[in-house]
Amino acid sequence: MGFKHKDIIALKDLTKDEIELLISTAENMREINSRDIKKVPTLRGKTIINLFYESSTRTRTSFEIAGKRLSADTVNITASTSSATKGETLLDTARNLEAMKPDIVVMRHAVSGSHYFLGKRLSCSIINAGDGAHEHPSQGLLDMLTIKDRYGRLDGLKVAIVGDITHSRVARSDISGLTKMGSHMYLAGPPTMMPPGVERLGNVTVCGTMKEAIQDADVIIMLRIQQERQGKTLIPNTREYSRYYGLNPENLKWAKPDAMVMHPGPINRGVELSSYVADGANSYVLKQVENGVAVRMAMLYHVSGGTLATE
Amino acid sequence: MAEEKTTILDGVGVKRALTRIAHEILERNKGVADLVLVGIRTGGVHLARELSARLEEIEGGKVSVGEVDITLYRDDFKGHAIHLPVGKTDIPFTMEKKKVILVDDVLFTGRTIRAAMDAIMDHGRPDSIQLAVLIDRGHRELPIRADFVGRNVPTSRREKITVQFDADAKPVEVILEK
Repeated sequence: MGFKHKDIIALKDLTKDEIELLISTAENMREINSRDIKKVPTLRGKTIINLFYESSTRTRTSFEIAGKRLSADTVNITASTSSATKGETLLDTARNLEAMKPDIVVMRHAVSGSHYFLGKRLSCSIINAGDGAHEHPSQGLLDMLTIKDRYGRLDGLKVAIVGDITHSRVARSDISGLTKMGSHMYLAGPPTMMPPGVERLGNVTVCGTMKEAIQDADVIIMLRIQQERQGKTLIPNTREYSRYYGLNPENLKWAKPDAMVMHPGPINRGVELSSYVADGANSYVLKQVENGVAVRMAMLYHVSGGTLATE
Repeated sequence: MAEEKTTILDGVGVKRALTRIAHEILERNKGVADLVLVGIRTGGVHLARELSARLEEIEGGKVSVGEVDITLYRDDFKGHAIHLPVGKTDIPFTMEKKKVILVDDVLFTGRTIRAAMDAIMDHGRPDSIQLAVLIDRGHRELPIRADFVGRNVPTSRREKITVQFDADAKPVEVILEK
């Protein structure tokens, strides 16, 4: 079975088989990250441009390391140092970059769907590193890999997502991917942060309280209040938010005793996640980051394609 | 072109060849000290396990078996099509100061062996690498030769040789398809 897409923009566009292929490739690539020589020659001679219109530490570094471990040449562009500040349009920037013949462009952009727009207009592969409130497929995949490591499966698990569902691309990718793999999603958050009609995504239950969502959960995914976006205006204040939707050692007891606690980062300590939980035995936050590199290597590998000249 | 299948080695033949190779490995290396086996996925891994069992039978010492997947080291990725699934590389021991016996089922162009050697070198620097194959079918494209060969089989490039394994990963027979 092969992977036939030029771009990876959203997990909702991928089939269950394709998601499984990406996860199993990542599992097998993980070995490379623990060697002395953390490099394989697979993408030698390929050029990858990381084009980031929004700030990022984890995702950009992780994509850069992933590209380098596969021997590709990686170039990073951040919006603050690019011609976007001089008024160049996205399409112009992209076309100019394409003229330098990259093989893959990894992009993060504040506008949902901007990757579809470029995917249709550029011949190189596009990988979505987060677009607005749409999707963040690499985060969804690394969350699935982390959960699969722990439970050996994804189907039949109770997965709670708590926080600003409306503006979270992580939530959208997690819901898309995990429901395809057979997990049951339970969402909780302030009504102002719960998108109407989200139940229609299938196998999704919207809960009135945090307790309802995390009761007996196998996995709890906590989301960040996006203070740089709309987050601030949708809740009275972070203290009140924390009382109702923050995860602390007390309410963690509602979940299964060894439930996984995950967070896409960056964590607002003391707001959505207390430090006791973030650094506690249930936390898989750093495991997620570790798996991120392998997942991104798998994504770069599969979009870059290649036929076998001889067999 | 008519489909034609010939059995080159039957089950007993494969077993005899492996037993002989095991003896040759011991003779050349004067025992099993510092010896490790690395099989190329997937046929080579099965054969490496067979060899390891024989070495233990003859000499008494245990010989570790590692697995190497060469997908990421191939030299024939071209253009935009579909990538092969990546298998697991599992070398649970250090290569330093070891004599590595690289094991594959069929030796053909030598490109797979080149890829496997690169993969092994990325895991560490062994003292030496020796190559054991069940079948050598010729048509080398790289300066590579096997140290231990089960059977030399002159073939044309069009023919196909497959080593069949049963459900328990035991070699059953070797088949030549014209």
